[in-house]
Amino acid sequence: MRHILRRHEYVADDWRYFPQEGGGAGGAAASDSDALIVPLADFKADRASWLSRTGPLGVRIAPADKAEDLADDLPRLSLIAVTFPSFSDGRGFSQAEILRTRLGFKGRLRAVGAVKQDLIFYMARCGIDEFELAAGEDVEEASRALQRFTVAYQPGDPAVKLTRQRFFA
Amino acid sequence: MYRYDDLDQAIVDQRVAEFRDQTRRFLAGKLSEDEFRSLRLRNGLYIQRHAPMLRIAIPYGLLSTRQLRKLGDIARRYDRSFGHFTTRTNLQLNWPKLEQAPDILAELATVQMHSIQTSGNCIRNVTADHMSGIARDEVDDPRPYCEIIRQWSTFHPEFSYLPRKFKFAVTGSPADRAASEVHDIGLHLKRDAHGRIGFKVFVGGGLGRTPIIAQCIREYVALPDILSYCESILRVYNRYGRRDNIHKARIKILVKALGIDPFRAEVEADWAASRATSTKLDPADVERVRAFFKPPAYEALSDIDAAGGREVEFQAWYRYNTREHKVAGYRAAYVCLKKHGENPGDITSDQMDAVAELADRYSFGMVRVTHNQNLLLADVRQQDLYTVWQRLKGLGLAMPNIGTLTDMIACPGLDLCSLANAGTYGVVKQIQQQFDDLDYLYDLGDIEIKMSGCMNACGHHHVGHIGILGVDKHGEEWYQITLGGSANGFTALGEVIGPSVRQNDVAPTIERIVETYREIREDGERFIDTVRRVGIKPFKESAYASHPAAA
Repeated sequence: MRHILRRHEYVADDWRYFPQEGGGAGGAAASDSDALIVPLADFKADRASWLSRTGPLGVRIAPADKAEDLADDLPRLSLIAVTFPSFSDGRGFSQAEILRTRLGFKGRLRAVGAVKQDLIFYMARCGIDEFELAAGEDVEEASRALQRFTVAYQPGDPAVKLTRQRFFA
Repeated sequence: MYRYDDLDQAIVDQRVAEFRDQTRRFLAGKLSEDEFRSLRLRNGLYIQRHAPMLRIAIPYGLLSTRQLRKLGDIARRYDRSFGHFTTRTNLQLNWPKLEQAPDILAELATVQMHSIQTSGNCIRNVTADHMSGIARDEVDDPRPYCEIIRQWSTFHPEFSYLPRKFKFAVTGSPADRAASEVHDIGLHLKRDAHGRIGFKVFVGGGLGRTPIIAQCIREYVALPDILSYCESILRVYNRYGRRDNIHKARIKILVKALGIDPFRAEVEADWAASRATSTKLDPADVERVRAFFKPPAYEALSDIDAAGGREVEFQAWYRYNTREHKVAGYRAAYVCLKKHGENPGDITSDQMDAVAELADRYSFGMVRVTHNQNLLLADVRQQDLYTVWQRLKGLGLAMPNIGTLTDMIACPGLDLCSLANAGTYGVVKQIQQQFDDLDYLYDLGDIEIKMSGCMNACGHHHVGHIGILGVDKHGEEWYQITLGGSANGFTALGEVIGPSVRQNDVAPTIERIVETYREIREDGERFIDTVRRVGIKPFKESAYASHPAAA
């Protein structure tokens, strides 16, 4: 059973990925009420039927995807999964920032891929609130990494508690 | 000078703890080589040819004497009692032990210093004009804005994993002693019609494998908006910059590929969408930082003829190694790190201590690092110059060659750097020997030689009046020569004069080039102006005149 670090809680993942973990347009194979994460391309290809499902809907975006493409659908989405393909590809930070700050997305923002403890503080400050840890990551250390710094210069997601911050939006 | 508050100190202290833990995990086999490389580089730690190298940040080149003494102390206790100043005004230690790097960082944190973001694909140490605050021609002192950029760019949550490195330079003067137009973002301080301070913004400059001069993206960005505007530039770069090829990953390639107008349109669209929710620069924050850069307590003095009646040697030093100051009775004095026989930018621990003592006594306890790899005592009373000169002379730091041909920039090259294709120090010594006659150097006047041991161009060879680039040809070290580059106020890239030459031919080739200049120059014409007037052809002909054509 896959687990997710949701803030500081390590919990069983209640979401399934389409298509490899079942589900289909309109929820053919999985139950219509299952929480399902769909790749952006699939979502775009059959938007109306995905949105007609009764279960919670999430979309997974790849590094080259434009987060803005989801602007109109954000109120209907419960989760967006942002992909970090490697330790060095930081496009997901901008996607998260655009979704949270510019577009005001209120649902869950999940990091998937190279989700390592040394990146988690940056991810959380950009508004990511759940982490599908990379294989081999130590859960305790990853959880502690959410609080690795108690201060920061820039504005960021207020969910990351800081004792001091210099610049504000 | 800026002094850390609780927030600044907590950042560096927590960073030391983080890096100590990362090093521990690496040594315990819990972090892969690749992952640790990315983490250690963004903390300035390289693994070089013979040993690790630690690059210590000296933000906009400013050091207190306490910091300089600490650098000397660290070099003595953790290294071989010397350091090397770079063209980003940082200090490199060439022989530290990897497992001691966290201890060195902890030592640095005690004097409000760090190695944060001195390498890696993130925003690097911001540089400024070394004459900031004392130049007569400046619109405003760039250092407060550099400090604000330093803070804002430190561990930026969105922009710490960029496609490639990203460099800022800020200049307050049209003379642009910060070479801002060969930076990813160059900021020129300017005032609008109401006298409000802001910036003309340049983007997409850089040297390296593909040298490109920056282009103006916006004529004026008001001070409160500068961080959000830079965030929009960085966001467009972070999203669309190439990540498939390290040699095409700098922002200059993106700007060139899109064209400046479409690139500007992307940035403006992002800014329009994000400005309301982006980082604002609060005037109170600006004032807080500005207060740290108030002029020191100058005495009310008059200018004097400090060199009159003194020995010729002092007069030469006064003329070449000191600079005009905007306050009467003061001058800026170079601490020359270009003595013949020494490697450019190198300084020993003992010299660091001695310079700190001089600065405490004669220059308000401050020292500046210049991007030309010298130090500067910025605020010396003219009446003290003779004493300062005597002391510097005793330290081997008073060679009166600043601005002349042997005030060369050189990266460490193949002697130390694992990226290099060819040595630089051997060529430096040859040039120093070939041009060891000061009268000859003075006759040649202002000539900037800049040399890099590989195309990464740490030695800024593209913008040298004479540029020298080390290349590897079938395992041999050869050198390509360019002419006509410059980066100060009028930015131009040098033109390659022809085939590269062997190591032993570099100095003789340069002599033939400057002899040609002596023959064809007009009255009072500087070398670079002659090159601009006549082009490279006459130099090209003479350069290869008396030795067999190279391969």
